[in-house]
Amino acid sequence: MFSRTYRMLVTVPPLAWVAVFLLVPYGLMFCYSFWSVSSLQTIVHSWNLKNYQELLQKPVYWETLLRSMWIAVRVMLFSLFLGYPLAYFLSFHAGKRKDLLYQMVIIPLWVSYLVRAYAWKTILGSDGVLNALLERIHLTHHPVEFLLYSPFAVVLTLTHIYTPFTFLPIYAALEHIPRNLIEASHDLGANSAQTFWKIIFPLSIPGVLAGATFAFVLSLGDFLAPLLLGGPSGIMISNVVVSLFGAAYNWPLGAAIAFCMLLLVVSLLFLSERLEKKWSFS
Amino acid sequence: MNGSEASVPRSPWLLTYAAAVFAFLYLPIVVLIVYSFNGEGVGGFPPHDLTLGWYRILFGDGAIWESVFNSLEVATAAIVISLAFGVPAALALDRANFPGKALFRRLVLLPLILPGIITGLSLLMLFDLTSLKLSLLTITLGHGTALISVATTEVFAGLQKLDRSQEEASLDLGANYWQTFWRVTVPNLKLPIIGAALLIFTLSMDEIAVSFFLIGRDNTLPLEIWGRLRRGITPEINAISAVIFVFSLIAILFWYRLRTGSEQDLSLSQELVATAVE
Repeated sequence: MFSRTYRMLVTVPPLAWVAVFLLVPYGLMFCYSFWSVSSLQTIVHSWNLKNYQELLQKPVYWETLLRSMWIAVRVMLFSLFLGYPLAYFLSFHAGKRKDLLYQMVIIPLWVSYLVRAYAWKTILGSDGVLNALLERIHLTHHPVEFLLYSPFAVVLTLTHIYTPFTFLPIYAALEHIPRNLIEASHDLGANSAQTFWKIIFPLSIPGVLAGATFAFVLSLGDFLAPLLLGGPSGIMISNVVVSLFGAAYNWPLGAAIAFCMLLLVVSLLFLSERLEKKWSFS
Repeated sequence: MNGSEASVPRSPWLLTYAAAVFAFLYLPIVVLIVYSFNGEGVGGFPPHDLTLGWYRILFGDGAIWESVFNSLEVATAAIVISLAFGVPAALALDRANFPGKALFRRLVLLPLILPGIITGLSLLMLFDLTSLKLSLLTITLGHGTALISVATTEVFAGLQKLDRSQEEASLDLGANYWQTFWRVTVPNLKLPIIGAALLIFTLSMDEIAVSFFLIGRDNTLPLEIWGRLRRGITPEINAISAVIFVFSLIAILFWYRLRTGSEQDLSLSQELVATAVE
């Protein structure tokens, strides 16, 4: 029904734009990762593997990467622990209030990232809301310092930000479970726990995988929450990249790290997609 | 809870847990709004000497307003770019077959799930190579490119539900593709297009990870806020945050009013998430 011209007209412009502004830049990042910086602070376009060697040899880089992954894993787990029961409650027990409650989970998603991170700073700071409260009820007499500027603060803030993201695909998966399967399970004598573990949970796994991927990938690449709340011990891999592109002025090394992150993220997406297909209902 | 059997939670534990998660999600937002009226500024408990002073300071703050206008400019231009390329992209995915289609689809959607730092840095390298000076223009190009994903997702979802016979009839009756596009296709996709525009606007107004690397001399609102946060805790930020929150709420309410009456049951963000992880 649609002529060749029509198809060309809708295909070529977006294709060209995406090629110039996404494909070429990613390729450029790949190229940069093989270049180096001269003593005169100019980029030398000679190809070698030095940057990747440096990444493997200097423990600071892969240790920071591992620490970031550990932060991201914790964010992912906490988001699942908060998001899954919430999604389950909404999908099966919220009754008529389901839609309203659903919108209430979405609303924090629309509130500025920066604003939410900043709110946690005002709560956790040494003269912040929490410490003032603790002192007022005489639970503590000195400000609790470890709350802010720690990996804890980063994990807490990122969990807060990504819990709704984790909730969404889990909720969607739970909503798609045919309700007569659950009735059948009960009719055949299974109790609630058995129904949950044998019917509901397995069918919700694609949603769990999607939510987990979201939380992990997005928190792995975060550099603003660590800058704002992390302190020296909360530095993540993206902060290293930021400083390499800024004050440290070593774009090629920064590009090498960023490219490794890109590879990591894309392979995780690929893996999660495979697993989702494997577990999906149809 | 109300009388019907199904709505009564079987487990009080689950109800308590869900309530606690809601409390966690809303605690920072409540704190922020309450402390925007706190006379002493940030921190302390309980809040006291309630005042509108921070709002007064905010409204007299020239730099903040300038950044708001910059952000509005960027967001508007980002909507134009994202729709100009995102709508055809959705049509292409729906109606054309070309080599590399699967790759194209993934590439378009990638910025949705990719940490902003990667998109921001790779564009920075492109602009550096082409000697394009960093400015609001580079931020706009970044937002426009990253948010094509939103336009494509929304419009593609709309196309899936669209009956093609109207377009077919239009073409059979002698209208050309251009006329058919503007008079049949676009009106039928009104809701997804408005939805996408709204979402692009909100995301662009709030975007910081990509802008962080592409910023020139002029700040966008999030970058202005970021600069102040880095210098230390400044209480007028609570006030601007509360204002942003109220505006976000208005945008959401506007969207739901628009959606009422339409048969689509998925919410905007849910569609987005579903497509991004597919």
